[in-house]
Parts: sequence; C-alpha cells; structure tokens
Amino acid sequence: MKKNTSFLIALFFITQLGCAQDNPPYIETPEQIDYSFEVVVDGIDIPWGMAFINFEEMLVTEKSGILYHVKNGKKTEITGLPPIYVRGQGGLLDVALHPNFSENNTLYMTLSANTEGDEEGGNTSLYSATLTGSELSNVTLLYKATPNSKKGQHWGSRIVFDQEGHVFFGMGDRGNREVNPQDLSKDGGKIYRLNLDGSIPEDNPFVNEPGAKKAIFSYGHRNPQGMTIHPQTGDLWENEHGPQGGDEINIIKSGVNYGWPEITYGINYSGTPITDKTSDPNMAQPFYYWVPSIAPSGMAFSTSGIYKDWEGDLFVGSLRFEYLERLVIEKNQVVKREKVLDKIGRVRNVVEGPDGYLYLGVEGKGILKIVPNP
Amino acid sequence: MKISLFFYVLGLSTLTVIIKPQKSKAESISAGEEIYNDFCVQCHLSSGEGVSGVFPPLKASDYLFEDIDRSIAGIKYGLKGPISVNDEIYEGVMANQGLDNEEIADVMNYILNQWGNHYDDQITSQRVTNTSELKLE
Repeated sequence: MKKNTSFLIALFFITQLGCAQDNPPYIETPEQIDYSFEVVVDGIDIPWGMAFINFEEMLVTEKSGILYHVKNGKKTEITGLPPIYVRGQGGLLDVALHPNFSENNTLYMTLSANTEGDEEGGNTSLYSATLTGSELSNVTLLYKATPNSKKGQHWGSRIVFDQEGHVFFGMGDRGNREVNPQDLSKDGGKIYRLNLDGSIPEDNPFVNEPGAKKAIFSYGHRNPQGMTIHPQTGDLWENEHGPQGGDEINIIKSGVNYGWPEITYGINYSGTPITDKTSDPNMAQPFYYWVPSIAPSGMAFSTSGIYKDWEGDLFVGSLRFEYLERLVIEKNQVVKREKVLDKIGRVRNVVEGPDGYLYLGVEGKGILKIVPNP
Repeated sequence: MKISLFFYVLGLSTLTVIIKPQKSKAESISAGEEIYNDFCVQCHLSSGEGVSGVFPPLKASDYLFEDIDRSIAGIKYGLKGPISVNDEIYEGVMANQGLDNEEIADVMNYILNQWGNHYDDQITSQRVTNTSELKLE
C-alpha cells in the first residue's frame, strides 16, 4: 500500500513536469455581450498592418505584398512598393504613418526583403516612403537585417513611434534561436530604435559596444508581432510568440535582455524542453505569459470610453484561438482575461482608430469594427 | 559542319539533363521533413493532425489524397476555404509560402509518407511545374 502511494505521488510529479501548467487568470467567456461587429473592408486574406489617415481613410497591408488605400470601404492598390520577398511567415508586414504625416505624407513599412540580390533568402527591413494619392515615391531603405536566410520563420514585425522622435520596430529570431537573439552583433530577435530619418539615436543602449548593431534597443526576443505605446505611461508594450506555451507581454526598456531562448515558459513544438530555466537575474521576466499559447498578434489599448468597462484595457489578437483577447490590468498585473468575438477567425491585428473604435484585421475576412449595442 | 556541331551540343545537353542525378524518394522525404518543420508545423503540428475546425489534418486526410495535384496547387498558389476535410469544414487561408517547385515536391513526398500516410509514386518538381492554379477551381 505504502509503495503504491509513493508510486502515485511520483507519477503525479512526473505528470506535472511533463505538461506545462495553464497560467492564470484563465480565459473567460463573457456572460453578457453588448457589442457586435461590422466588416468595414472585405476581401483581404491576411490584413497584417493598418494605419488610419483620418476618420474615412486608412492604409492596410496584405501579407502577399499589396498595400491598399481604403476610403469608405473602397480599396485601391498603391503602386511603387519596393520588391518584397514573400516566403513562409514573411511578406509585406506592418505600415505606420509618420507622426507628422498630415504635413509630410511619409509612411513607414516593414517587409521581408532581399535587397542585395546576390544571396538567396531574405530578411526583415524597414522602409520609409512618401504617399501621393495612391502612389509611393522617395522609397528609402532605412534598415535591412542581415544575413539573408531562406528560413520561413519569425520576421516580426510592428512599427510604433514615441513622442521623442523615434521609430521602433521589432524583428523575430528568423528561426535561428541559437545564433541570433542573444548576440548583439547579429540581427534577429531584437527591438530596434531609430530616429525618424533612419539615423541611429546617440543614446541607443549599445552605440558604444564594440561589434554591436547600433540600432538595437532590446534583445532576447523570439517573434514580436504586437507593439503599442501605453496611453498614460508612454512605455513601449510588446507581445511575442513563444514556442509551445510561453507567449509573452513585455514592457520594453532600453538595453534589456528578455531572455529568449535562455529562459522561457514554453517548450518545443515536439514536446521536448528548450531549457529548464524560466528566470535569470540578468534577464527580464515577462509582464505576463500565456500558457497555453494564444499566438498573439497586434496590440492596442482602448482609451475612448466608447465601450462599456473597457477603458484602459489591453487588447491582443489570437491567431490560434480565433478571438480578440481583452486583458484587464490592475496594479501592474493581469487580473482578468476575456474572449471578445469568439470564433471570429484568426485575428492578425488590432488598432484603436481615431474615432475611438477598435478595428481588427481578421484573416480571410478583412477589417472589422467592433460596435457597441445601442 | 555547323549543323553537326549543333546536334552534338544538343545531344550533349539532352544527355546532361537525363543523367543529372535526381533525388531518390528517401532523399526527397528527408529534405521535405526540413521544409515541413520550417513552414508547416506551426499549424499542421508535428503529428500532422492539425487543429480540428481551424487547421485541417494532413494525417489520413481525405482531401489530401482525393486529388494530389489539387493539394500541390494548394501549396504552390495558396489555398482558401471553405474546404471539407474528413467531414469537417475549414474556412481559413493558407498563404502561398514562397517555396520553389523542388521544395514543394519534397514536402509533398514527406506529407504523403508520414503518420501512416502512404503514396507509391514520387512527386517530382516537374509534376509541380506542370500543376496549374486551375486545379483549385
């Protein structure tokens, strides 16, 4: 009998080790739903990025390499894009407007590129360009990661701006986790910070580090596909895909190592461990981590007060579970998680429009607007 | 003289094409495994079972075997639902992954001979080259 009991206890612990534990708070389905949605742009298979020009006009990227100008739901293809290397998870990624767009008509794009032409594969790049009508001019390559790779994985990417004249963009580890994310002399697995003209800010954290890529702002990332600026604190918030389990929300600080792949709450897709470490004194812990993985993409705070009880909450798209996730944050902790528009499709992106409504990019559908019930 | 030289060169180049070593099926499957783990595994999973209702299974998939060339076209050009796989409807989008024809042949050979799947013929890059987008209509 005693033997039996200790066997059972041993079995219990082995089972505990074998499967990662769901991380609270657990996702909830709301009891009462007082909103619905409208399709505002249709016919876009993978609407990766979107940027509002004003209440009626926006730009939307389609991953396969199309940039749309949309006015009152009508799409026009923008011409003059640089060559795009479409492979695996790569293609045309995010689009964002210069903080002074209304005067200079400048936009930024991240995309997968092979600008060298002499080696196979591609890597993530940041471009700026001037938009006139539905045409791009002054197309300028501001940053191109090297070396090129034929790997299909982990290109990132999102673009955001702070109030101090910087542009931030993220890049995944390009499927080469043992080489890229922890090495400051290599691209991949990093968040980058540039001045708006593409030059390197003098106070970037690694400008004086010999051999380091001077544009790096933070490192140890796996595949960041959501970024936004917190409306009150001005902090840069990011989410990234972990492996199986271990998707993360991070608050990005200058020079900080976020740990991938030295520390993680996830495991390999095959079920084998990556590391037994979930923390390290020299590496930052995530603000929150998802187990199981939701496959996060896009990130926005709701600030408008248009929706009942949602002001100040964080919204993240789930590609895997096909809902928008609402995260309620109190005292620097996620205290509640809720499904919004469950089973809507793979949510690639979420943005708060200038009108205060939340807009989603949903794969196979297009751009959806969440509308509160009257 | 000129003509005989022409035929000599033509004959030589034809010979080169014929004797150019083609990958064995086993080599193609092994190359296909690498492609699978890079481009496919995130959705279809290492078990090939996919996620019911979201990502269709490749293991014992009726859709896959019903029309092999349609499946090749799906990888080559991208595939958009609704499709019915093992009596379940899938409405998602599989983007064109940007694989070249040889890579598509390799990954097809892997998928067709994994997880208990079996297909006698070897998919060649020539067959992928010949596969038209019309297969998806």
